[in-house]
Order: sequence, then C-alpha cells, then structure tokens
Amino acid sequence: MTDAFEPKITAFVCNWCTYAGADLTGTSRIKYQSNVRVLRLPCTGRIDFMLLAKAFARGADGIIVSGCHPNDCHYTSGNYHARRRWMVYRDLMDFMGIDTRRVTFSWVSAAEGARWAELVNEVTTSVRNLGPYAEYKELALAGVE
Amino acid sequence: MDLRAKSRELLESGAVKAVIGFKDGTMGARRPVFVRQADKAAALVFDEGCRQNLAAYLTRNEVQKMGRVAVAAGPDTLRAILQLMAERQIKEGDVLPLAMEGTEAVELPTAQAVEEHLALKAKELPAADRELLARLDAMTREERWAFWQGELARCVKCYACRNSCPMCYCGHCTMDCNRPQWVPVPSHALGNLEYHMVRAMHLAGRCVECGDCGRACPVGIPVHLLTFHAEESVHRQFGQRAGASSRLDYALSTFRPDDKETFIR
Amino acid sequence: MADTYFLPQASLDTLFAALAKDGRRILAPTDRDGRSELNPVTTVAEVAKDYVQTILSGKETVFPKVERMLSYDLAPGKVDLKSSEPNARPTVLFGVRPCEAAGFGALDAVFNWDTRDSFFNARMAQLAVIGVSCTRKDDACFCTSVGGGPGATRGSDILLTPAEGGFLAEVLTDKGRAMAALAPEAFRPDPGLAKKVVDVPAAFDQPALTARLKYLFENGIWVEQSLRCVGCGACAYVCPTCVCFDLVEESDAKAGQRLRTWDSCGSHMFTLHASGHNPRETQAQRWRQRVYHKFSYYPERYGMLGCVGCGKCTRACPVDMNLQEHLAEAAQA
Repeated sequence: MTDAFEPKITAFVCNWCTYAGADLTGTSRIKYQSNVRVLRLPCTGRIDFMLLAKAFARGADGIIVSGCHPNDCHYTSGNYHARRRWMVYRDLMDFMGIDTRRVTFSWVSAAEGARWAELVNEVTTSVRNLGPYAEYKELALAGVE
Repeated sequence: MDLRAKSRELLESGAVKAVIGFKDGTMGARRPVFVRQADKAAALVFDEGCRQNLAAYLTRNEVQKMGRVAVAAGPDTLRAILQLMAERQIKEGDVLPLAMEGTEAVELPTAQAVEEHLALKAKELPAADRELLARLDAMTREERWAFWQGELARCVKCYACRNSCPMCYCGHCTMDCNRPQWVPVPSHALGNLEYHMVRAMHLAGRCVECGDCGRACPVGIPVHLLTFHAEESVHRQFGQRAGASSRLDYALSTFRPDDKETFIR
Repeated sequence: MADTYFLPQASLDTLFAALAKDGRRILAPTDRDGRSELNPVTTVAEVAKDYVQTILSGKETVFPKVERMLSYDLAPGKVDLKSSEPNARPTVLFGVRPCEAAGFGALDAVFNWDTRDSFFNARMAQLAVIGVSCTRKDDACFCTSVGGGPGATRGSDILLTPAEGGFLAEVLTDKGRAMAALAPEAFRPDPGLAKKVVDVPAAFDQPALTARLKYLFENGIWVEQSLRCVGCGACAYVCPTCVCFDLVEESDAKAGQRLRTWDSCGSHMFTLHASGHNPRETQAQRWRQRVYHKFSYYPERYGMLGCVGCGKCTRACPVDMNLQEHLAEAAQA
C-alpha cells in the first residue's frame, strides 16, 4: 500500500439519528479520522441506491450508509424500507462485481456519538487497506472514442 | 378449443376487439400479431418458438385504445398479466388471457382463474440460465466484474431490453429524465453500468423471469440474468415472487420488522 | 477500371502482416461466444469462417457509438477549453460485405452535406475497406432490391471474391493500391477467374416504391405494420447508414466533456419538444419516418438511398420487423 493514499469516504446519513449522532461526536470533542464527507438526507428511506453508485462514479473509495435503529425511525418505517432495498441492492452489487467491502451499512442513533467515531475509523482503515477503487475510477474513462 | 377457432369466435361475437398472438415470421421465427378481424385468425400459430411476452403490449396506448383484447399466453405472459394487475396497470375485465396448452386455448376470464392455472405450473429458470448463474456465483468478485464489464461494453443502449419488458411500462422512464440527466445517456462504460443497475433494481420484486430482455438484446448480452438475480434475491429474502397473484404487494414498498440480514452494523 | 489479381488463401496472412507492420489496426468479423462481431485481429485464423453478416456494422470505425467532441477544465472565472481531436487510428476493415461497404457512401452524404464533419472525415481518411463478396445469404438480405449486389464494389477499396484456393482481388481505389503495394508478392496475376457470388433475387421494385411513397404518407399500413414495434433503437444502431446522433454534455464543477452518441428516430424522445409537444407521437409515425427517411427523403436530398439492403435491422429486431417484407408491402399498397 502506498503511504500517500487517503481514501475518500462518502457517508449518506439520515437527519434524525446518524446526523445527530455525528453532531454529538463533534460536541463531545471526540477525534476521528477526517476522510469522511457527510451527506445528510431526511431519512434512510430517501437514500436511493443510485446515490451510492453516483458516489463511486465521482471518486469515492468507500461509502457509509447509516440511519436510525429499527423501531426508531422518525417517520416510523423509512429505515425498514431502506433495509429491504439494501438487502437486494447489496446482492446485486456483488453479482455485478462491485466491491461490497467498500460499502458499510449501519445504524447509529443520535445518542451514539462515540459509535459514529468508531465506525468512521474502522471504515477508513479498512478502505485505506483496500486501496483506491481503481476499477470504478477507470470506468469514467472507458468506452469513449 | 383450438386457438384459431377460439379467436374467430371471440372476434365474431365482439367479445374482444383484438387477439394478440403469434404468426410466422422471417427465417423460421415467430412474430407477434394483432388479429382484429375474424377471417385473419387463421394466421395464428402457437408453439415453442412463440416465446415473446405479449403482456408487454397491454400497457401501450395504442392497444389500450382498442378495447378488450385477448392474449395467447404461455405461463410467463400469464404471470406478467397478474403482475400488471397487481400494479394496477390493467384491469381484470379489460384483458382476456387465453392460456395455451399446445394449440388449445383456454379462456381465463378472472385473475383467480389465472392464479389457479398457474398454480399447476412450476416456475423454473431455463437450464442454460441456471448454468450461467451458477458459473457467475462460483467466480471471484473480480472475475464477475470482468465478466460484466466485457458484456456491458457491447451495449449500445438501444433499450430493446427495456422496451420489450412487460414491466417497463413507465411513460417517462428514469433513463429519459434529463433535467438534470440522472443516468448518463451515452453507452460508455459508466453509462452502461448505471443503466443496467437501475434496470435490475427497478425490476427486483417485479420481474416475472420471462427472459425477454435477454432475447431482445441485439448484441447478445445476457441482461436477463441481472433481473433474474434481483428477483431471486427478493424471493430468497422475502419469500414472494412477482406474478404469483394479482394482489401482490411490491416487495420493496413494504417490509417486515423482522426482515433478516447479516451485514448492517 | 479495377486492377484484378488472384490472392491465394495463404497470401492473406502475408497481407495482414504487411498491414500490421504498416501500423494499421485490422478489424474483422469474429465469432466469439456465438456472436458475430467486428474485433481487432492480427491473423487470418481469427477471422470468422462462416458468417453472413456481423451484428453491428463497421460504421463504428467512422462514427463511434460514443465520441468525445471536446473537453474542458473549469476553475473559478475560467474555462480552459481543450480542443479534442478525433482519436483516428489507421484502420483496415476486413471482411465486411459489399452492402455494408456501400453504407459509407450514405454516411458521407450526411456528414458532408453542408458543414463538413471533421470527426467523420478524419476517421474516414484513416479507414481502408477490404470487402469480401457474399457466397452465402439469408432471408433478411435484399441488396439487389436497393441497387447493390453480393459482389458490388462500391465502398470497398479492395474487394475479394472467394474463388478456388483463394480470392479474386479487385483493387479499386488509391487506398486499395496503397494496401496492395505493401504486399506486392501476395497479389498474383489474374488467371481469368470468374466472379462467382450468391444469387440474391430482387424482392421489390425500389424506384416504384420511392414513387409510391409520395402517396402513402397517410396510409394505414404504417399503423398496421408497427403495432408490434416496441420502439427500441436496435434497428438504427445496427444499421450501417443510420446517422442520427445526440450531443451530450457531461460535466461537474471541475471539468466536463461534450460527447456525441448514437440516437434513433424510433425513440419517443427523439422528436419530443421542450413544450411537451411531440410531432411524432405514435410508434406508427416513427416507423413511417424510418422508411421515408431512407427511401424518400434520401433520394430527394442526396440522390441515393439511405438503405443498402444488408438486413441487419431485420436480424436484430426483437419482434421481427422485416424491412424487406414491409417495403414490398408498401410498394403494393
């Protein structure tokens, strides 16, 4: 692994739990790796699977998708719907040969500031070890004469 | 009753305005035909060569304007008809499925009749597809990536797969959304990957596994494996199959609190 | 007048080697996984033995399915425009059929009709065509109905016609002579071989059809024929003469590119106006446009047909829209 490589991690999080949790990480002054760019959406139910593909297409090396624990959704069932979609989409990604080790799904509540820091650190380390997502980056240039 | 006689009868009595079936085409192929006059019913044929899913026509404007139509239907077409009913795209009385047993046509006027007929038919993927799916399963992730990149590089985005699919009835497909452009138009590597990913995801839980998309592909990409895989994933994890009933809930717009997965941290 | 030679089968490899040595890429029909495709080859052994036609045509060599017209970098208050030159490589298209070779003329008619298309022309200048006459055909073929033939020379720089032990080689153009000069030992004097090709009977009277089309615009046959059409672009994309394209801008905050991609008149979005109005709202109107463009508007505007009778569209169509059959029907309507 090259020493210089710092992965870009895109995190899609829900407004009510994980975003608030990440906020708590900050207000608790917990230090964690700075590779993650957080994108806040109303609910995990709003996180279209294509957003993940778009993140890879724009150069992400890893992705975190996170929202409220089951039963805690602000909109009652958005996370349940999201979970079904992830279950199918993750399967499909793997079938198409996309590296699912680079996509982490998790539940992080508004109270779990420390857990958020831990998650980001773990994901960053593991994606750093995987290296840049070269296969996907090459796509952007292929097939144009 | 024999399909031709049945069609003649239905058209003569005015019970249907058209019979959608097959007739002889080029080089031994069968092609879809819309028979609207009783004296043209003699052209109808039905055999193993008649594989296209004719349910794809039922949601078209031109066809819906015709009035009530009958469809010469094999099991996959019947499944698609039920799925279209479940998705409220066609109404029970507007279509008269003619279940084909050899060249005999059996009227199935209600969704329940179709369901009962289908209950006797086991859904099984063709051996060649099962083989290729198993081969892909046995591959490493890198090999699967290489396989699909090699196949999808052939894609010219003619959308034959989409347009021949009975479930791709959207008047404004997400592929055509261009303000802003969501999925790239060009058939370059990224555009092709995203297109086929979206197609498979939008058919997960809705695909009746007829394989028409794969047969339609002019350059021979096994695109049907993508939707088969997504559909099988839904079946394995949520225990339901598209086309099983006219009252099926869409697997991805519902949930169970105890849906089981192993990867969410 | 063409120079004719005898090219022994074994000398074909000599010619391939000479072309490769000259820095040219050779594209030829191959049969991989049961699919007849054009692929780069270096030896004759890689060339498909038994093919009527490839699925896609060789038009990709001069009109790629996706082509970069320009690209640029963006910085605050600044656009750095990079002029994009076509990535045109010296290419030999080997083994295409006379119908398909003739298709380059129809492309040229459009790309050089008004503004000369520098991308097309740059690629065309780098392309040489070694056609191979047909000794087989199938029911989709109708070259003889549209002014072509299984041994027609138009569009080929060299035309090879299979003969006992090799080929009758007609060297037709300067590009052809330049290729022949790379391997002069391969081209033997013609012992007076007969040019034997497959017989393709004419299916319809094209001049009569073109004349008849003037009166068929509102005829019901277009509706009847196109009821089963699913409105995909397969016919247009496999066609050696379909030239329609779309220009697409792909950009983000830092950079962008403008791409030219194939488009198809069969698609409902093709004529959709920003207002929501669509002058070709139904599939019947779009199918009619396809026929008229090739058999009425092309002759009117360019003095040639926009169809070479290769039948690729018929073979590619998921619902068996047989062009030849439907044209014959229109001629009788």
